[in-house]
Amino acid sequence: MSDSLSKLEKRTAYTLVLPAVLLVFAIVLFPIFANVWISFKDIELKDIRIPEPRAKKIVKSISENQSELKIIYKLRNSSLIQEIRNVQFQDKFPTNVLPIDLDPRCNFQSKKVVCNFGNWQAKFRENFEITIQNNNGEIIDKKIIKSQKPILSGKADNPLLTTNFTLENFKKVFYENNFVELLSTTFYFTFFGTVGAIIFGISAAQLVNQNIQGRTYMRGILLFPYVGPVVALAYTWTLLLDPNSGTLNALLVNFNIIEQPINLLGQKYITMSILGFEFKLRLALTTVIFFEIWRYFPLAFLFILARLQAIPQSLYEAAEVDGASPIQKFIHITLPQITAIISILFMIRFIWNFNKFEDIFLLTGGASGTRTLPINVYQQGFAVSDIGMGSAVSIVIVILLLSFMVIYFRLIGKRANEV
Amino acid sequence: MKFKSLTIFLIISSFFLTCILSIWKIMATLQGLSFTNLNVSSVFLIGIILSLAFVLLGNKINHLIKIFSLSFIFSILYYFLNEASPYWYTLGVFLITLFFTNKLKKYSMQSLKEDFISEKIVFDFITLFGIVFFAFVILFPFYIMLVTSFKTQIALLVNPLNFSLDFTMSLTELFKSYFVIFETYNFGRYILISSAVSIGTVIVTLLFAIPAAYAVARLNFFGKNFLSTSILIIYMFPAIVLVIPLYTVFSQLGLRNSIFGLLIVYTATTLPVAIYMLQGYFKSIPKEIEDAGIMDGQNWFGIILKIIIPLSLPAIASVALYVFMIAWNEFLFSLMFLDSPKSFTLSRAIQYLSGDAETPRQYLMAGSVIVTLPVLFIFIYFEKYLVSGLTAGSVKE
Repeated sequence: MSDSLSKLEKRTAYTLVLPAVLLVFAIVLFPIFANVWISFKDIELKDIRIPEPRAKKIVKSISENQSELKIIYKLRNSSLIQEIRNVQFQDKFPTNVLPIDLDPRCNFQSKKVVCNFGNWQAKFRENFEITIQNNNGEIIDKKIIKSQKPILSGKADNPLLTTNFTLENFKKVFYENNFVELLSTTFYFTFFGTVGAIIFGISAAQLVNQNIQGRTYMRGILLFPYVGPVVALAYTWTLLLDPNSGTLNALLVNFNIIEQPINLLGQKYITMSILGFEFKLRLALTTVIFFEIWRYFPLAFLFILARLQAIPQSLYEAAEVDGASPIQKFIHITLPQITAIISILFMIRFIWNFNKFEDIFLLTGGASGTRTLPINVYQQGFAVSDIGMGSAVSIVIVILLLSFMVIYFRLIGKRANEV
Repeated sequence: MKFKSLTIFLIISSFFLTCILSIWKIMATLQGLSFTNLNVSSVFLIGIILSLAFVLLGNKINHLIKIFSLSFIFSILYYFLNEASPYWYTLGVFLITLFFTNKLKKYSMQSLKEDFISEKIVFDFITLFGIVFFAFVILFPFYIMLVTSFKTQIALLVNPLNFSLDFTMSLTELFKSYFVIFETYNFGRYILISSAVSIGTVIVTLLFAIPAAYAVARLNFFGKNFLSTSILIIYMFPAIVLVIPLYTVFSQLGLRNSIFGLLIVYTATTLPVAIYMLQGYFKSIPKEIEDAGIMDGQNWFGIILKIIIPLSLPAIASVALYVFMIAWNEFLFSLMFLDSPKSFTLSRAIQYLSGDAETPRQYLMAGSVIVTLPVLFIFIYFEKYLVSGLTAGSVKE
């Protein structure tokens, strides 16, 4: 291929790829870096707007004489933490209307009052007054005066772009936030959710792979929880599990299986005794994990089924001739064929479960011992309104995630070499 | 040996029968029948007797006559062992037993002597049990969602187990929750917004993804390998870590509470997977076809438009459906970005509805049915495309 043609090819490639790459950079990669920046700042939800000078205009009559009016401007700095520099004020008046005793900070020229208010501190407030008079002694229309809005301008730093940094957020994440419990809950949830989904996925795939009637329907039905909207499914389950009038508890009580309804989503621990040993099970967390398994085993099922269907039938026939039992066939033929896909699924689901937010948020809101790292990002950032803190937790997630990915690619890379 | 396999056969088959009959009983209870006892042990016992009778009779009588008479006797026994029940319930028991005895067809005293028969029995019944179990566990919540939306608050408080539908009511009574959420809670608007956002996301994603995927699949350029690996890595990155920076930036730009802002975010988050799925397909198109296009003097744009797109319509359809479902089901960003009911999507609207503890549950469930039905219909209708899309999109083979 000639040189100019390959140059053309490159140029075309970049024009084709660029829009997509830019968009993904702006919306996905940029925020990840922005998180690092925000996590070192002491910033709250209410601070994220750029400070603005504001004025509310009130027009009042002074006396019976309608040719004279008093205008009060309620001036304020919209920000509670930042100053605004060099505030300029401007308001326009109709012809023949003149201000009397104008404030020294202002001057009047060509029907405009222009003021220079200097710097406004955070929380700054002032009632600024102008008295106006019509020089022909005619009545001034209040409505016209009122409809004219003053224009204010000033320089303020974007609170996101200032350069005062602090390590406070990370200190809080690690020391004040019950970090160990947060981490252990996250891993408990992630690990059991992943393993459970894979075990159920294998069982379901093994079932559907048999020669049964209605196999395609069964495959479709098994995928329902995965394709359904999380909001609808989570609320349906909340309703089913509700202790007061939920169907599940009502059924169990009705058939005398339990005496009291169990608050499956609202109770942190339940004491169980098995073989005389008493131990505490994290009830709400376990319920959430079961929901998670219910919702995501279909994905594992789908992949494992695809793999199972690719196993040559002759392998099983040969085993049959050799007199292998069903269990031996499963262990020696099926299992080795699906280990690769299972390890990939494990990694992918592990990472995704680690990041799961919606399911837990909708079921428990992070209460009763179900607070995981992603839930904590939301709680810190939006419930407590501490954006900096939320970002710091996000950074912890990103770092853990990156280390998982390094492990993942190491393992997958090795596997690829083996094959 | 024979005794052992016979015992296993009896226990496992009877266990299976007990399970399906218990499910039948639970479903009947939800229709308002007042059962208070599952009678597991007695059903289990007569189940054992049934299975024993089945294998003992063997081939002596015609299979059909055998299963009918056995099921009939079983149903009568079952009827007397249980609390008073209507005839339709016993008819159900009869049909279930018929199905069950028919499944026993291949077992007889002779077949119980085969090699590994006990393992085979276990596998057979676990398969049957598993199918019933999975079908029940998956469909039950959907069933509850649907029937709850047709009930009234009072009826549910009086008897939380009675989900029977009263068809003597007028249709307006039956669909009352749906009328209410459309009239009072403005769900018509939310359906429109959700559709607009989802369809918009599909269109914009395809516009961006098709050229990019073509370049990755066919053209040589610096950074190509880097790009295709980073696509996968980005796909793994969670929405939750993007939320805070996007929230702050969108607040400053005034993009919050806007459908446009949501559209941008959805497009960006679905682009990596769309590119990944499409480039895999584009690579499978024979290069000679394009070469012919180049001979005809087509430029790259023409090749994509006239050759690649028509040839890969199935793949594009599966990407489109996949992206549509992601956008339609998305919740996190709509929760963060939308505060004003004017711009709610369906998911956000339902969550907003549930925030008010006073909202009757049937309204919540009616909303859930509305948001679920479109995706389920799309899924059932286009299952073939979607399944191939799902498998291609999530794992690198």
